[in-house]
Amino acid sequence: MTDGPLLKVEDLRVYFDTEDGVVHAVDGVSYSVDTGKTLGIVGESGSGKTVSSLTTLGLTRLQGATVTGRIHFEGRDLVGLPDRELRRLRGNDIAMIFQDPLSSLHPFYKVGHQLVEAIRTHRNVSKSAARKRAIDLLELVGIPDPQRRADEYPHEFSGGMRQRAMIAMALSNEPKLLIADEPTTALDVTVQAQILALLQDLQDRLGMAIIIITHDLGVVAEITDEICVMYSGRIVERASTDQIFDAPEHPYTWGLLKSIPRLDRPRNEDLVPIAGRPPSLIMRPSGCFFHPRCPYVQKRHRTVDPELAPVPDDSHHQVACLLDSSVRRKIWNGLQAGRDPTSLRELAGPGLPSRAPAVAAPIASGTRPGGLRAP
Amino acid sequence: MTTLDERVDAARFTTDEPLIRVRNLVKHFPITRGIIFQRKIGAVQAVDGISFDVKRGETLGLVGETGCGKSTTARLLVRLLDPTGGEILFEGEDIAKRKGDGLRALHREAQMIFQDPYSSLNPRKTVGSIIAEPFAIHGMLKEKGARKQRVQELMDRVGLNPEHYNRYPHEFSGGQRQRIGVARAIALEPKLLVADEPVSALDVSIQAQVLNLLRGLQRELNLTLIFIAHDLSVVRHMCDRVAVMYLGKIVEISPADSLYGFPRHPYTGALLSAVPVPNPTASHRRSRQLLSGDVPSPANPPSACRFHTRCPKAQEVCSVEEPTLEEKGGGSIAACHFPLSRDEVRREVEVTAGE
Repeated sequence: MTDGPLLKVEDLRVYFDTEDGVVHAVDGVSYSVDTGKTLGIVGESGSGKTVSSLTTLGLTRLQGATVTGRIHFEGRDLVGLPDRELRRLRGNDIAMIFQDPLSSLHPFYKVGHQLVEAIRTHRNVSKSAARKRAIDLLELVGIPDPQRRADEYPHEFSGGMRQRAMIAMALSNEPKLLIADEPTTALDVTVQAQILALLQDLQDRLGMAIIIITHDLGVVAEITDEICVMYSGRIVERASTDQIFDAPEHPYTWGLLKSIPRLDRPRNEDLVPIAGRPPSLIMRPSGCFFHPRCPYVQKRHRTVDPELAPVPDDSHHQVACLLDSSVRRKIWNGLQAGRDPTSLRELAGPGLPSRAPAVAAPIASGTRPGGLRAP
Repeated sequence: MTTLDERVDAARFTTDEPLIRVRNLVKHFPITRGIIFQRKIGAVQAVDGISFDVKRGETLGLVGETGCGKSTTARLLVRLLDPTGGEILFEGEDIAKRKGDGLRALHREAQMIFQDPYSSLNPRKTVGSIIAEPFAIHGMLKEKGARKQRVQELMDRVGLNPEHYNRYPHEFSGGQRQRIGVARAIALEPKLLVADEPVSALDVSIQAQVLNLLRGLQRELNLTLIFIAHDLSVVRHMCDRVAVMYLGKIVEISPADSLYGFPRHPYTGALLSAVPVPNPTASHRRSRQLLSGDVPSPANPPSACRFHTRCPKAQEVCSVEEPTLEEKGGGSIAACHFPLSRDEVRREVEVTAGE
């Protein structure tokens, strides 16, 4: 049973039919994660990172979504699995923690009660045994005085403690896979560091696989083994964590790395923002989805849709970019040396004819910026 | 005993005549019980006696965990809140108790940018009238067409299309809305701009656009900027000096280079060591100094040094005698009995790159 990865997602597509058109939330995404490993999914809002993981748990089923592709978990395909069986899996073998612990815990029930419920849903144990386990779990995640805290309501917990309680609940049935969706975004840095250390410690002890979804490159650098960078419903780059930070290949990944101020870089280093803003998932750009914002765009990038393909000398490092690999390396070296993207543009080629600035027009909903096509 | 004022001057916060001098500023929010007869049963000591100066054209950062009083301080400085005590000298004049016309005059000089670009813009007003509102309030630019022209100039300056003058906030993205907020704040060409978490609600790729805009404007208009953020990397990028707050007190206030290079207060060190760094090699090298527990309640803060309950270096004196803000060498000013040493910083905190 343990051959191959624990979770393997293949060509997953999730489309939502809405009044305004079809939202291509996830559009052909493939990734996998092994037992004991941590995968990071990085992207901005609307990149499809959350929807892809909700789909793994079958949580997008009710919203009139079309889901195609395969999600193999221990050899079973979750996409076609009946709701009953999926429910048995959810919270048991696969658990999830959400960004906002206050809205994910029920405000009317005591924390201990909610944990007992999570345990008894999947296990045939007595209430008192479940309560004992609930208290052990609260202790495991580092809540002081768990006996007393189990009888408190979520509003009596601080933000960090609520997130710990969420983690305790997720761990209540010793899941094989834990999906953490922005687990620390609402928290202070000090508490964030505690929670990340806790997750790593629990992974070491319980050997589960973790998928962490975040927009924070610092968080993924700290705890992941592999990273998928998502943009507009697709994975644009996938590589080991070290490769993503040392030798990123996609212009969007460069943009992300260069647009955040970093404590490990000189203080007065200029930030290089990515022009424009993420495209709509209904009216997507033609060709490479990133081309309206890409400083290195060439004429054919507007029509040719790049595939996620391995880079020449590293089969584990995949990128969806039409630029030549040697060109990409030259540009990244230039960026590392502190050069401005505009000064590196000619490395990529002649650029667009009669080039209008690549700033994706200030989009107001309802308008159609040039260069977009209906799906 | 020296007075606080003398100590502060001795510590040489600044040399030139500052734009703002804050002395012993206090804000307590009462906790009451009862519905008709409200009895005061305590107070949340949101800001509890802070003093600092801000030079003209300088950017001062305020950092700290949730509930440390940084947003309250910001709102006090532009007088959106009434201080419980203390002085705020704006160009030498005390504005702490101003009301009515005096307050309105202050708001021509001091403006604020808010965190949430969704709730800080009136959804029923067009962008044009939102940005023109300061002119309406202060009765400026009354000639026909003058206001519109000025608003369109402002929109152009902050990177918005001036033709979108008649659109409503919902037609804009988060980053663009924040630009609207910035345009409104600089409309009256204030001397002081207070930005409370201006980029935390924005996507990563948009954050840098707004940060660069603020920097450009500051240079151009010679603005004094007070910049609040929980992201310490952003604060380091933006600020000349940084004040670290903990439970309503300033525990360290230093030039950014000293603060990030050689933090003296253990709390500053803990904050810095908690920042995740997007560099896998560096982050695995550090031995993290994790703070345990949560921030104590500001309604009932610990005695003496408020950090002593969580401080790894705390000793008995810390719970008895409150440390004062004083110079600790290298331009750092910290309130601590046992400031961090070079070795401790190297072991537990250091990831920052030199200039």
